[in-house]
Amino acid sequence: MIRLEYRDVAMHFADATGGSVTAIEGVSFAVGDGEVVALIGPSGCGKSTLLNIGSGLYAPSSGTAFVDNEPVRGPNAHVAFMLQKDLLLPWRTIVENVMLGVEIQRRSREECLRRALELLRGFSLSDFANHYPHQLSGGMRQRVALARTLAVDPSVLLLDEPFSAVDAQTRIVLQRELAQALKRTRKTALLITHDLQEAVILSDRVLIMSRRPGRIVEEIAIEIGGRDDPFLRRQDAKVSGYISRLMDKLEIGQAADLSSLPST
Amino acid sequence: MTANRRSFIRRGTAASAALLVIFLAAWEWGPSLLGIPSFIVPPASMVYAEFVRMLTANHLLFHTSVTAAEVLIGFALGSLLGAVFGYLLGMSPTAEFALSPYILALQIAPKVAFAPLFILWMGFTIYPKILVAILIVFFPVMVNVLTAIRGIDPDLINLARSFTASRAQIFWKIEFPSSMPPMFASLRIAATLAVVGVVVGELVGGNSGLGYLLTFGEGQANTPMVFVCILMLTLIGGIAYLGVIITEHRVLHYMPARPLGGL
Repeated sequence: MIRLEYRDVAMHFADATGGSVTAIEGVSFAVGDGEVVALIGPSGCGKSTLLNIGSGLYAPSSGTAFVDNEPVRGPNAHVAFMLQKDLLLPWRTIVENVMLGVEIQRRSREECLRRALELLRGFSLSDFANHYPHQLSGGMRQRVALARTLAVDPSVLLLDEPFSAVDAQTRIVLQRELAQALKRTRKTALLITHDLQEAVILSDRVLIMSRRPGRIVEEIAIEIGGRDDPFLRRQDAKVSGYISRLMDKLEIGQAADLSSLPST
Repeated sequence: MTANRRSFIRRGTAASAALLVIFLAAWEWGPSLLGIPSFIVPPASMVYAEFVRMLTANHLLFHTSVTAAEVLIGFALGSLLGAVFGYLLGMSPTAEFALSPYILALQIAPKVAFAPLFILWMGFTIYPKILVAILIVFFPVMVNVLTAIRGIDPDLINLARSFTASRAQIFWKIEFPSSMPPMFASLRIAATLAVVGVVVGELVGGNSGLGYLLTFGEGQANTPMVFVCILMLTLIGGIAYLGVIITEHRVLHYMPARPLGGL
């Protein structure tokens, strides 16, 4: 069953001079139920645009995004997103922050509270339920943001560089928590990341986008078991092979080589 | 609270109290030592005696409560109007663009200069005084609320939208609470400005309020009376300011603890 699908999606923006910029063009791909797909590409290639279209915040210039086989016509309860910024509200306690989404969707309060507390327990944050965001570390705050995303019980999670603002050690821990939460809740996810290793160890499949106008230029299936344990996956011999393939496709090495050549 | 901080507060309070004693002593004996006549700077005891005399002879408490009521009403209505306009303009960039030259013009115009006009319109009642206070309080509150609404992270709004929030939900759950810290910053300013507006109104015309007593004392060359009025006005402003601070600490209880010295 397909959870998230983009069919020939394009997006044009007006630029400062009044002209039109094509952010993405002819993007088509599908993410199946319970699948985790990573999306990588050079900065400014329109990855976040794709995510905003998926969550219904922006309407594409052409083409359609589908979630649970329904065309996305605006924000809907099937999708929830999480950004690199935790976006926690400083005036709400941790548990109230987790409940923001469900509260907006006017679901029953007792049910939501129970669910929020359960999620916090899953992220070992029970003791902090009544704390305020400023009392938590960056890693903890990001975990709360993930709990808030999961609290609305979406079909699809859209994750835009969720861990790029935390330190390297915290990131490793958070990656595992995300992987386990996704496994536990059997959620479908689209993960945008700059970190090639993160893309490989967290996903079933990696999609590579080209420079602007962004298109999907390559798809690599990650054939390493145990997607719920990035610790173990990280040590797999195949990881470095995948990473060099990704670097190749992104032309990361070549640009550096060219600039270091002596001029003739 | 750490022991360090407690001792900091204790030392600060002791120094403040010592300064007050030094100030009162200088006020009491300083003028005569420097040969300043008491009709220029009356000593503290003389001002206190005048205060006691005015309580009965001039209905000091009645005039004080008139001024206090005008300050309170002007402050409340001016802040409310300022906040409402701040939110409306904050939500509609078009309205802000269209109205900004007029708002700027009104903001540049010295509000106290309107006092005689309002008295011409409304006579020697409390209304012109309240109106000046409203006008003077309106701008700082409106500007702060507007800036706060404009400054909200668009991703925060998008987060709420992605949870299918309605416009009203975005306002009540994101925009309104986000505007609270800058709003309270402006209310602190507004509390002191309201007193200025009311006093100017009372100075210009009327027969009640501390501003009226000020001109009355001036006419009689009663310097201690002028001093008493200034002190009472400061007291009203101080209480209003303290009221804002106390409300702020309650409403913004979630903020990281700030030193009380930042009053």
